[in-house]
Amino acid sequence: MIAETGHYALILALGVAIVQMVLPIIGTRFNDPRLAAVSVPAAQLQFILVGIAFAALTVAYITSDFSVLNVWQNSHSAKPMIYKISGVWGNHEGSMVLWVLILALFGAAVATFGSNLPRRLRANVLAVQGSIAVAFLLFVVMTSNPFLRVDPAPFDGNGLNPVLQDPALAIHPPFLYVGYVGFSMAFSFAVAALIDGRIDAAWARWVRPWTLAAWMFLTLGIALGSWWAYYELGWGGFWFWDPVENASFMPWLAGTALLHSALVMEKRDALKVWTILLAIITFSLSLMGAFLVRSGVLTSVHAFAVDPARGVFILGIMAVFIGGSFALFAWRAPLLSQGGLFAPISREGALVFNNLLLTVSCAAVFVGTLYPLALEAVTGEKISVGAPFFNLTFVPLVIPLLLAVPFGPLLAWKRGDLLAVAQRLTVAAVVSLFAIIFALATHQSGPWLAPLGIGLGIWLIVGAATEIATRSKLFQASWQESWRRMQNLPRASYGTALAHAGLGVMVLGLVATTAWRSEKIEALAPGGTVDIAGYTLTFKGVKERQGPNYKELVGVFDVTRNGQPVTTLIPSKRSYSVENSATTEAGIYNALGGDLYLVLGDALKDGAHTVRVYFNPLVRLIWLGPLLMFIGGGVSLTDRRLRVGAPKRAKQKSEPVMAPGK
Amino acid sequence: MTRKQRRGVLIGTCLVVLCCAVGLVLYAMRDSIVFFYSPSDIAKLDVAPGQRIRLGGLVETGSVKRDEGTTVYFSVTDGAKVLPVTYTGVLPDLFREGQGVVTEGALMPDGTFKADSVLAKHDENYMPPEVAAKLKETGVWRDGKLTGEVATQ
Repeated sequence: MIAETGHYALILALGVAIVQMVLPIIGTRFNDPRLAAVSVPAAQLQFILVGIAFAALTVAYITSDFSVLNVWQNSHSAKPMIYKISGVWGNHEGSMVLWVLILALFGAAVATFGSNLPRRLRANVLAVQGSIAVAFLLFVVMTSNPFLRVDPAPFDGNGLNPVLQDPALAIHPPFLYVGYVGFSMAFSFAVAALIDGRIDAAWARWVRPWTLAAWMFLTLGIALGSWWAYYELGWGGFWFWDPVENASFMPWLAGTALLHSALVMEKRDALKVWTILLAIITFSLSLMGAFLVRSGVLTSVHAFAVDPARGVFILGIMAVFIGGSFALFAWRAPLLSQGGLFAPISREGALVFNNLLLTVSCAAVFVGTLYPLALEAVTGEKISVGAPFFNLTFVPLVIPLLLAVPFGPLLAWKRGDLLAVAQRLTVAAVVSLFAIIFALATHQSGPWLAPLGIGLGIWLIVGAATEIATRSKLFQASWQESWRRMQNLPRASYGTALAHAGLGVMVLGLVATTAWRSEKIEALAPGGTVDIAGYTLTFKGVKERQGPNYKELVGVFDVTRNGQPVTTLIPSKRSYSVENSATTEAGIYNALGGDLYLVLGDALKDGAHTVRVYFNPLVRLIWLGPLLMFIGGGVSLTDRRLRVGAPKRAKQKSEPVMAPGK
Repeated sequence: MTRKQRRGVLIGTCLVVLCCAVGLVLYAMRDSIVFFYSPSDIAKLDVAPGQRIRLGGLVETGSVKRDEGTTVYFSVTDGAKVLPVTYTGVLPDLFREGQGVVTEGALMPDGTFKADSVLAKHDENYMPPEVAAKLKETGVWRDGKLTGEVATQ
């Protein structure tokens, strides 16, 4: 019964989405406010219906209802509860329902909290959002129905791929989808503006919180995926430039650019056409990501293995939305008025520079990701484009961007004084210089570029702090005065500083781990030792253990440093009998200066084992950085000027600024 | 600055950055892409020793051997040709005889393949698409299933 209810709700949601797509457009075309107003209850109802479908699927998973094909294929009664729930989106069909649910959630949020949006704009936005929902609901209902039954019901399920049975991966897809799908909001606003042929700064003020929210979740989602790959796959790597990773990274790059260009549009009414284009590009890249992951064209650790019919369907969705929105853009964009002027050296100029480098580096990633596919389609030759390509292209392109980041927030709008800003950044430059000298002095080995990379990370962090210090006149006014100013600074300033500092923290982690990681592979007999980065590991032997739904072979290693006991590491090899599969669980000791990372390899003769040990210096910073960016985004969202529902008030207050700044 | 000059600066900067990017991409394309070959391809083509390539196929049944330390020897086959591979390190969990595998490394002057990374998919029945495509050519893989010749050899 429950599965049928879910299926029925999904089809009803499709019907409602069609209404949501068609009626508001007719309403705004023919000036019928009642038809346009249908968009609001339709969006809310669609969310409720998709919610019912999602809940039905979740119930089927929790109760292990193996008469449902999808549950039988991806779950098992012996699985812990958290993985029964995460199993809902651990497969293609279920994850599509989650995708549609988040899409509907964003639509319903605009419908519910958008009462102060211009009526026409709201109707158009919801209609576009409805059309995306129609496409994906059709996709789910026609090619990926999760509610199919099997008769007779099997006794027990096939289980979930063991590498997916992990807490970080349980929450990774929802975060990622909120990011991906959240960019649909910016897309809907952009297309709505094009349909109407009108756009103003209030539009940007509306788009920015949605983009920021989507960006935050995408940032954390990608970081969670990277963290999972680090400790679960047992290779000690955190980013592989794998096509599926790139598929999530490209919308992130474009979304970051969008976030910054929307700022120029909101504050200075400039870069309108570009911002609209970026909004379209960002969501197009999200759609492309969905296609790459789900069509089976890629080899990847993360890809779903699915049949080509689905790939063709998603390709169709992509063609309609990307082609349609670009055609609309070409037709309508020339109608949009040009905005305020600015000198090349100004806040706007800096943000344009940011956009330029972000989009160009995104294009480099795009080429590296799609070139092998294109080449294979044309010549049949199979190649792989890996880390060396991206290190040669992406890295040199973002370095100038990272160097420029601290300048941006310190430059004035319209016309900035580069020299004055450079003077303010003297402290940051001196501190970075010391960091470079310190890194040179402490590390004789490793690439010569690495100390400069450390300097770059410190430059970003101190540069971010400089912005707050400058704005609060720290060391220039009295302590009380600075403290008062700090309390009055807009939250968005703190958000920016936190996010930029997070970038620096991440750079530190990336550079240190890549340049100064040490690695050893040895065959250890019980009692044997291996030395790495000042630690001594002694192999005590192996023992067997029984987990909830797996058996594991655990290696016991005592870790000492200078003869003092530090910890005991227990890396293991798990075998899952239901799924007939195995995973490696690394033993990780989180020391202050980095991670001791130990993998138990295959058994050799006489109880010996191959072991692989890494010391990854400062590796945790790689994920701490994105966490800071997430928090920074959150702090920014609580700024009253950005708060959803605030645009009206803010608009009145800032009217003088909005007057033509030409 | 006039409006025209400002636009000039903007367009100039864009062009410079774009040219740099295109140059970098072309340069990297020449040096850092890796071709994917099956053992038959390697026998047919003249692949220079030392050139980085990816080798894909099935791990030949009965071919996996170890030395006293951490080096593993195995053979990769596509049903027609067999290529011996050496690898030092920890093999992935799902590395099994008769299963699909993708390795990256270079040919040695003696004609064996020295791999520095070995990938096996985290799914028992999964066949990397490249391997499946190559195996189709030799008839070992049909309709998503191994035809059994190689797997049971």
